[in-house]
Amino acid sequence: MGMTMTQKILAAHAGLDSVKAGDLIEAKLDIVLGNDVTTPVAIGVFDSIGFTKVFDKDKIAIVLDHYTPCKDIKSAQLCAAARAFAKRFDITHFYDVGCVGIEHALLPEQGIVGPGDCIIGADSHTCTYGALGAFSTGVGSTDMAAGMAMGENWFKVPSAIKVTLKGELPPYVSGKDVILHLIGLIGVDGALYKSLEFTGEGVASLSMDDRFTIANMAIEAGGKNGIFPVDEKTLEYVTGRFKRPVKVYEADPDAEYEQEVVIDLGTLKPTVSLPHLPSNTKTVDEVKGLPIDQVVIGSCTNGRISDLRIAADILKGRHVAEGVRCIVIPATQEVYLQCLREGLAEVFISAGCALSTPTCGPCLGGHMGVMSEGERAVATTNRNFVGRMGHVKSEVILASPAVAAASAVAGCVASPLDL
Amino acid sequence: MITGTVFKYGDNVDTDVIIPARYLNAPSPEELASHCMEDIDADFVHEVKPGDIMVAGANFGCGSSREHAPIAIRASGVSCVIAASFARIFYRNAINIGFPILECPEAAEKIAKGDKVSVDFDTGVITDETTGERFHAAAFPAFINRIIESGGLLPYLKARQDG
Repeated sequence: MGMTMTQKILAAHAGLDSVKAGDLIEAKLDIVLGNDVTTPVAIGVFDSIGFTKVFDKDKIAIVLDHYTPCKDIKSAQLCAAARAFAKRFDITHFYDVGCVGIEHALLPEQGIVGPGDCIIGADSHTCTYGALGAFSTGVGSTDMAAGMAMGENWFKVPSAIKVTLKGELPPYVSGKDVILHLIGLIGVDGALYKSLEFTGEGVASLSMDDRFTIANMAIEAGGKNGIFPVDEKTLEYVTGRFKRPVKVYEADPDAEYEQEVVIDLGTLKPTVSLPHLPSNTKTVDEVKGLPIDQVVIGSCTNGRISDLRIAADILKGRHVAEGVRCIVIPATQEVYLQCLREGLAEVFISAGCALSTPTCGPCLGGHMGVMSEGERAVATTNRNFVGRMGHVKSEVILASPAVAAASAVAGCVASPLDL
Repeated sequence: MITGTVFKYGDNVDTDVIIPARYLNAPSPEELASHCMEDIDADFVHEVKPGDIMVAGANFGCGSSREHAPIAIRASGVSCVIAASFARIFYRNAINIGFPILECPEAAEKIAKGDKVSVDFDTGVITDETTGERFHAAAFPAFINRIIESGGLLPYLKARQDG
């Protein structure tokens, strides 16, 4: 029986010729990641068990992105612990304020992760790197500690859902609309314990940024990982960034899938997820006019340069509606610089947006845009759970950068096609 | 064998409601526990007693990878979580820290809030002492049992490294 792309990568990292769904394996890790929330817990575990060295200082990434620049003393204490650990072991890929970006935009951009890798990260959106043709999955802090000490971890080989993409996206429809549509179809546990294997001729038309957005939210369908085949766009993206050898894995023709979902990209419309689950999807046209108080454009899902270009394209020459706060957060310093160079920063500020240094901040209700009781946001983030962006009675509507920018201008949920 | 009173929740209990992100900078399990479940059940922290049991529907612990979620539940005094299914990162995290979880859709459906329930971890038998009904939880694979028996992932790995 053939293997999926995910299964092939896991087999190779476990030193096995083949694996099948359900097998419990121990696989070597290429990168182990943590952030300012999860790394301190991992350090506590690492130290308490008596480990005194890390497996490879070049294969650990510590990114202080969630509550930074530190929002309060407790957050500062967490960052100090992570910083001390990074210094103690001379961690190569350590990112602090001034060079930090949101981890899942930063690691691909800096070439720290690449095709064929096996990656764990103590952050659920670690599945983002599947866009590069890597096996990459979110874990907890104990797993991170184990990974840092041993350079390997245990996995249950996942079964798979094949997501076949056809056609091309219409204007103002993006990777975000693809993944929200898919989560709406299969539900928040539709891919529980499974891999989402994206394939089909439609993949070629998707930009790398769209693929990152899609793979990023595999977890919102319960998936262990989401993965894309490696093509010319992938190789072009990693060239000059990724320094380790590129390993390209392809699914066997007779690989087994539990389910196949076919999505015709050409038929998709701008899509949103209403509170309080990412699977509560509607087309924008079904819900437009809902009043809003805040718009957030950024996050590990949608803070990349093409996301900000489309938002600026819509905001240029327009102004954020009275009574709406629009917060734009470039995901990395490089994206921020690019915004300045291309004139996007001036567009955002002229339109009445707040332009922030990279941070996860508002996505998880941490800082930089926490909402009060009764408020509602349209956000390009990834979760709209109860209390996610602030007060337990505030609401988040998930959307693409185009819909978020259009909504900021309109002062209510709006379609970019109506402006 | 443990016995406790049941706190019952529905499907898709996410880690943001188990422990909201605004408290993730709390330094201790006890402080995390003081906010456990507060966004969907403000009474939980006031009513929970050591040994009590959490019972929930499908996809328990979905969302963020925060290990603070099982840590907060355990520190609140809850002795185990029974659910129809668990989100995979929560599942890993619970096993890795040696916190007992049981997957049993039938028990998750039939056990009611406030019931007195006992759990035998050796046999996987869950007994609703209030109604007299018995349920069988799915057994863990042997490999995972070895992690649990070692007291969690790190003690398991350390023993192997030293051994």
